[in-house]
Amino acid sequence: MNSNHSNCKNNSLEIDLLLEGIYRKYGYDFRNYSRASLQRRIKNQIEKLQLNNPCELLHLVINQEDQFAKLLSSMTINVTEMFRDPGFYRSFREKVVPELRSYPSLKIWHAGCSTGEEVYSMSILLKEADLYEKSQIYATDIDQKVLSDAKKGIFPIESISQFSENYLASGGQNSLSDYYVSKYNRVIMDNSLKENVVFANHDLVTDQVFGEMQVIICRNVLIYFNQKLQARVFDLFNDSLDRSGILCLGTQESLHLYPIKKDFEKVDEKNKIYKKTSHLKVLPLQ
Amino acid sequence: MNEDFIGVVIIGTSWGGLDALTRLLSKLSVDFLMPILIVQHRHRLSDNHLNVFLDKHCALHVKEAQDKDKLTPATVYIAPANYHLLVEKDSSLSLSAEAPINYSRPSIDLLFETAAEAFHEKTIGIVLTGANSDGAQGLKLIKEYGGFTMVQLPESAEAPTMPEAAIKLVDVDFIAEIDGIAQRLIELNMELPITENKTKPP
Repeated sequence: MNSNHSNCKNNSLEIDLLLEGIYRKYGYDFRNYSRASLQRRIKNQIEKLQLNNPCELLHLVINQEDQFAKLLSSMTINVTEMFRDPGFYRSFREKVVPELRSYPSLKIWHAGCSTGEEVYSMSILLKEADLYEKSQIYATDIDQKVLSDAKKGIFPIESISQFSENYLASGGQNSLSDYYVSKYNRVIMDNSLKENVVFANHDLVTDQVFGEMQVIICRNVLIYFNQKLQARVFDLFNDSLDRSGILCLGTQESLHLYPIKKDFEKVDEKNKIYKKTSHLKVLPLQ
Repeated sequence: MNEDFIGVVIIGTSWGGLDALTRLLSKLSVDFLMPILIVQHRHRLSDNHLNVFLDKHCALHVKEAQDKDKLTPATVYIAPANYHLLVEKDSSLSLSAEAPINYSRPSIDLLFETAAEAFHEKTIGIVLTGANSDGAQGLKLIKEYGGFTMVQLPESAEAPTMPEAAIKLVDVDFIAEIDGIAQRLIELNMELPITENKTKPP
């Protein structure tokens, strides 16, 4: 066995210890995240802090809360954009919006909202569909830092041309610039877009159901979880959706490996939009 | 270390990759048991035409890699457009929408790096034609873990930059034209004990 092999084995053990330590100290449970990607992000943080190994990082983060906050932000992926995957938003406009019209009020849960770009996108879509007034959006994330950014709704101006392009490709009815003002090198989203949004801390790994939703949007979050954790989160979503609720996943995420797939029908397979099917419950005869 | 396979083939390519991959994969028959993972750089909105095309021209089963897929013998997995592809130590696949690495998503370096960490000396890393230097760092890591490294002969590549960058950084084990690489893969596959013998109960 060469040194690389044993280093690798020990490194993997040290990462287990780091994750265990974080869980016991702070309650965040990364033990069932997909390991390859998580390991790489931890490695980057170790290099950035000029430490030598995960155990040194463990010592640092359990003794300094501000260092933990930084590690938390680096362990979660916060890559997002407005109207990301325009095809999804187009399909939502065409196939989901008509169904939502029949509800007197709507509860929409955006799980893993990161810095909020996709939440503002959904607010715009709902406004244009005349559904925003009766909607309550719950935008949740485990990272307090990104939530406070999301609440501000301020984005760098360099990203706006990509956002506008996405918006138009998604079937947007106006110009994206109708929804923000530019100031210095930033764009500030219109306040009305967050009037019906509650930004809140929620951990998909450890927290529970908090309401009955008509729509759950959780895109490009589950790919960072292993199969055991994906199964848990799908059960949580199933329990949180009303009897004909809509579940929206990322383009590379799917229910196909899990038993709950039998409770859902495909609204749009390519764009990963599912609808819960209400099964008749057969009661045992007396 | 992973004991599921006797070897896993990891290929990275960019400009000119479609032609190179078609020529390489069409040389392999269904008894080529080692799973093959491929990153081919392409536009973020590309659909699945690449794997459909390759599946048609190749005896092996070619599919787009899906999150949580378990590696299976005689199967070729192509990274989906706009997602990184990673291998886990339990030989399942993960996808990631993390930021591009050196302007690339999927990143060849990232796939190579995770493959080296999962399969160590069982990794066979191959860099083919391409117009950037993605893959060189990853190939270096495969070599450091004792894996077998191959690079397309730069003069034979539609875009020589990527093979050249890999050769510059790594003491590559085998440099050849596509046909030579295919031949070497077939030999490596023959040298190996057949998986069935390994996994069959006594």
